[in-house]
This record gives sequence, structure tokens and C-alpha cells, in this order.
Amino acid sequence: MDIVSQVLEKAAQDERLRTTEVQKHLEVEIDEGSLLAVDYNSFDTEKIKTNREDYFKQLTRDNVQLLINRIWELPTKRVDEAVVATLPKPRFVLPRTHRLPKPKPLTKWQQFAKEKGIKSNRKRKSKVTWDEQLQKWIPNYGYKRTQAESEKNWLVEVSDHADPTLDHLSLKTTAKQEKRSKNELQRLRNLAKAKNVKVPRVGIPSSDYYQDTRQIATAVTVARSSTASVGKFQNRLPKEKDAKNIKEMVPGSKKNKQPMFKPGEEVKRNLGFVDKILSKRPAISIVSNPSESQNRQTDDESPRPKKRSKISKKGGKKPKGGKGKRDMHTKVGGRKRRQKN
Amino acid sequence: MPVIQRVVKPKTRKGKKALLSREPKIIEDAKQTLFIKGSRSSETLNSCVKDLYDLKKPDARMMQKKNNILPFEDVTPLEQFSRKLSSSLFVFTSHNKKHPNSLIVGRMFDNSLLDMVEFGVQEYEGLAKFKVDKVSMGIKPILIFNGELFEHNRDYSRIKSLLVDLFQRDNVENIRLQGLEHTLSFTAIDNKIQVRSYRILLKKSGSRIPRIELEEIGPRMELIVRRTKLASDDLYKQACKKPKELKVKKKKNISKDTLGTMHGKIHMGKQRIQSIQTRKMKGLKKTMGEKKAERKRRSNQEDGMEAKRSRTDGDAVEG
Repeated sequence: MDIVSQVLEKAAQDERLRTTEVQKHLEVEIDEGSLLAVDYNSFDTEKIKTNREDYFKQLTRDNVQLLINRIWELPTKRVDEAVVATLPKPRFVLPRTHRLPKPKPLTKWQQFAKEKGIKSNRKRKSKVTWDEQLQKWIPNYGYKRTQAESEKNWLVEVSDHADPTLDHLSLKTTAKQEKRSKNELQRLRNLAKAKNVKVPRVGIPSSDYYQDTRQIATAVTVARSSTASVGKFQNRLPKEKDAKNIKEMVPGSKKNKQPMFKPGEEVKRNLGFVDKILSKRPAISIVSNPSESQNRQTDDESPRPKKRSKISKKGGKKPKGGKGKRDMHTKVGGRKRRQKN
Repeated sequence: MPVIQRVVKPKTRKGKKALLSREPKIIEDAKQTLFIKGSRSSETLNSCVKDLYDLKKPDARMMQKKNNILPFEDVTPLEQFSRKLSSSLFVFTSHNKKHPNSLIVGRMFDNSLLDMVEFGVQEYEGLAKFKVDKVSMGIKPILIFNGELFEHNRDYSRIKSLLVDLFQRDNVENIRLQGLEHTLSFTAIDNKIQVRSYRILLKKSGSRIPRIELEEIGPRMELIVRRTKLASDDLYKQACKKPKELKVKKKKNISKDTLGTMHGKIHMGKQRIQSIQTRKMKGLKKTMGEKKAERKRRSNQEDGMEAKRSRTDGDAVEG
């Protein structure tokens, strides 16, 4: 009897050791794509107390077994004498390293081509072309292109009507330079547009900047008079006129015509001018008698406005500060002094 | 007009490639890990970091010098390292009285910090202590997480994601069945995470599927979760965004039956049989009488319509 039970027990143990089945209370979450198994089952606390390491090992073994069972069911193939299983895409979502790439902004030409449906066959374009003159393949751009160009352009073809005094060879190089710098400008403009940078405009201002032709006229007039000589020596187009309403902006522009005077008013006005000039005090007092000078002062004061007299009273004295009562907005005469700290 | 400011283009092809490699990609490469030492360290930490580095090896970089960094006070130096060396994961070690044997594991998103967790390392037993055969280098491990904590606790579920990020290697399409030989198990009990590392032995069973046995190879450690600095759900969600290009569009109107034959369904527009041009034949020509009748019908129709229109116009005037 004893032997029988022993044999039976051993067989049962062998069976237990050979089985690939695992019993779990809650189903284990398995992601074959990232070789991950997550077991949310609660632990057997008693087993942890008695033998912790064995328990962890057994727990992990069961979960690995479950994962392996799944993986062995996946479709397999043979690569270089090794059996490989094709894994599905991982379901466990992990954060990325960088943000998602943004689509590259189109250049102005690309945008235009897209709008109009223009398709360039750039892919089919070869990098070299056969040159009949040189009898060899020359690159369209890049390495050894300039060399080929200089070999080719030792002579420049010119039409009969061309100006013989000009240097046509250098004209060609400047034209090429101009093209290159235009291309560079366009590249930069595209770059600025892509990075949302504001760039000062060149060339003719568009309607974004000047809604009205009168505004352009104003701008032209102001620009012309913005020289040291107030635009006196600037060239004008034939029949070009100044813009209107620019008196505040342009110094020395024509003043308004005076209205017609009423009879007698002109005489009064001119007399007023004369009075004004005659009543001006000389810069240096030449009168030696102080009493006389005082008398004259009082005489002078009466016809003058009050403000003027105040200034004249002070004479050559430097203006003083308002002693804390200064209004920041009113102008104070005199030289600007450096402040002492 | 002078050129405003030349935008610097890479001068060499190598430089261009280096700049391109730093730009975001749709399908990203495996995340690189930086191992950084703090100003002070301990014996345990040194061996721990060395073993972790050995586990991570091709996708890791060990910094040799000590750095006086306090990640939980100021994380910018770590962000700079990550930007410079283009590695989004880091493992920082520091040891002081207040936080002994602390292992700070973190990850970056877009060169700024996403998650960071400070673990206290306890009961460390290194790789060298287990005198058994080790697994081959650079192998993708099987990751096992045990414990309810990983499900219910928000911090722990994030830690789980961080650990998967750290130990999972590059995504692969195919895997050699015999190459499944390493497993890392993380068990969360009583606010501690037990880390074990086993070698997988494939034993014979009666069936095709092998019976699994494990053998511990180390390292073995106990991690206590101390300080954490986890990303907000918003940022985390943004970081987990999947590119649109990778989403598989469902193909409509194509089906397969049980025999494997493909069936397609085609939707046709409405066919205008009345106006279709058919073959002209003498026999189908309309006779004079038919033509007249049709003309009459058509004119009648037009009259009727005109009358109707005039009526509606009149209404409009009245209104």
C-alpha cells in the first residue's frame, strides 16, 4: 500500500511539475507586444511570512508562464535556423521623447504650386547635363559646376546693337550675383514666414501698408524733404507736385496764403510790425545813467504784454527751479544741467 | 539692402545629420538612459548603479564625474544633460543623512522633466553575489508587475509606467523564442517595491509549450518610494499622443468570407437611363406624328409654367 501511494504521489508531483496551466483568481493583464504581464491579484500573506523569496519566485514563474503560453500561440517563422514569433503592436502606452513633429511649412512657391496644382518633375531631373560645347557631362549645380562655367564663358556672345563700351563679361557675373542674392532673400523670407518673424519690407509698398494713394504721396513728399537741405536738391519727376496737408511734417513748406484785408487793416498790421521792431530792446544796454534807464524801462513796459516783461526783468539771469512746485509738463528755459547725485 | 541676418545653416553633412537627429521623429528610437552620480555616494549605490548599467548597456551612458545636483530642488542641470546627450531617461544617485541610498529615476519629455521618483535602496544584493550563469547582454526582458497597488494607486501606476520605460528595450516586431531568457519582477507590498531578476529556463512539458522554471541571477533589491514629482495628467496625456500617420485606417467595403475569398462592395451613383445615348437606328427614329405630339406637349408645358410664373409675380407686386 505504501509503495502504491508513494508512486501515485510522485506521478502527481511530476504532473504538477510538467503542467503549463496556471490558475488565477483575477485574469492577468498581458501585453505580448512589450513582453509585459501585470497581475493585480492580492497576495497570500501567510506564504510571504514563511518564505518570502520562494513565494515571489513562484508568483513570477506563474505570470511568466502565462505570458509564454500566449507568445507560443503567436504565428512563428524560421529565420536563420531560429524560430521567431511575430509580436503584435504593444498596447501599453508610454510617453514619447519629443513632441509630435509638425509638418514643414511650405515655401511661397510651394504654396502657390499647390494652389494651382503645378507638379514639378524634380525627381526625374538628373543631376548632370550633357554639354555640347565642352563635350562632357557637367553638373547642374554644386561641385565642379563653377569650373565648367568658367571654362565655357571665356567668350561672351553679344548682339550687334549692344553697347561696345560696356564690359559684358562682368555684366554677366553681376547678373548672376543678383540672381543669387535674390534667391537668398527669398529663402530668408520663407524662413521668416515659417518662424513667424516680422521682416521690414523692401521694394514697392503694398496695399497692406498704404490703403490710399494720398498716403503714398504724403510719404514720398516727407521722404524727399528728409535730407539735410530739406529736399532742396532732390530731383523731381516732371509735373510732380507736393502732397497736401503736410505742413506739420515738412519744414519750410509753403505757408497759407493770407486772406484779403479789409480797408485800413493792412496799414494797421504793417504799423504793428514796425512798432514791434522798434520797441525791441537792444541786447546790450548802452545807457550810462541808471535813473534814465529805469525811466526807459517803465516806458517800455507799458505797451508790451506782461509775459515778455517778466522775461526781460530777469535779464541774463539763469532760470531757477520751481523749488518743488515744478510742473513736469511745462517747459523750463535754460541749458540742461547735469544732475548732481 | 544688406542681408538682414544670415540664418546659420549647418556647414557639413555631419553637422546637418546631428541637427536632424535631434528633431522630433514620428517613430522614435529607443530611449537612452543617463546614469549620473550625485556629490556623495555609498557602496550599495555604486554597485546598484553599476548593475543597472550592465542590464541597460547598449542604450545607456554612465557619467564619470560627480555632480552637485539636487534634482528635487532644481532639475535644470539634468534637463541640460538630457538635451545635450539626447537621452530622455536618467538615473541619479545620491546619498546623504536625510535621504540615504537614494536612487532617483526620471524621464524627460521634449527635454523637460516629465516624471521623477526617488527610491530608497535597501537590502541590495548585486549581480556578483549570485554565482550562476547570467543572461546575454542587450536582451529584451519580460517584465512582471505584481500587486494591487499598481492598479489602484495613481503614483504606483505611474511608477509602473516609468519602470517599464526604463527596463523595456526597443520595440521589436519579431522575437526569437529561445531568446526569452530574462525576466524582471516588481512586486509592490507595504509601500515597497521588491525587485527580482530571474533567468528563464524552458523545460520540457508534455505539450508544445514549454514549462517555465526560474533561477535568480540578481540584482535583488527593495525600493522604498520617497519623494515623487509626477507630471500632471494633461501633460502626461500630451506626451502619450500617438502620431496620426501610424493609425491604421479601416478599409471600407472589403470583407473576407470563411473560405478566404475577398469580397468588395462597390457603390454606384444613380444611373440616368433617360438621357443616355444609345445606338442610333433608322427603325428607332421618331415619326413625324410623334415629333409633333411631343412638340405640342412641350409647348403646353411651357405655357403652363409661364402662367404660373406670372401669377406668382403678380402676388409679389401685390404684397
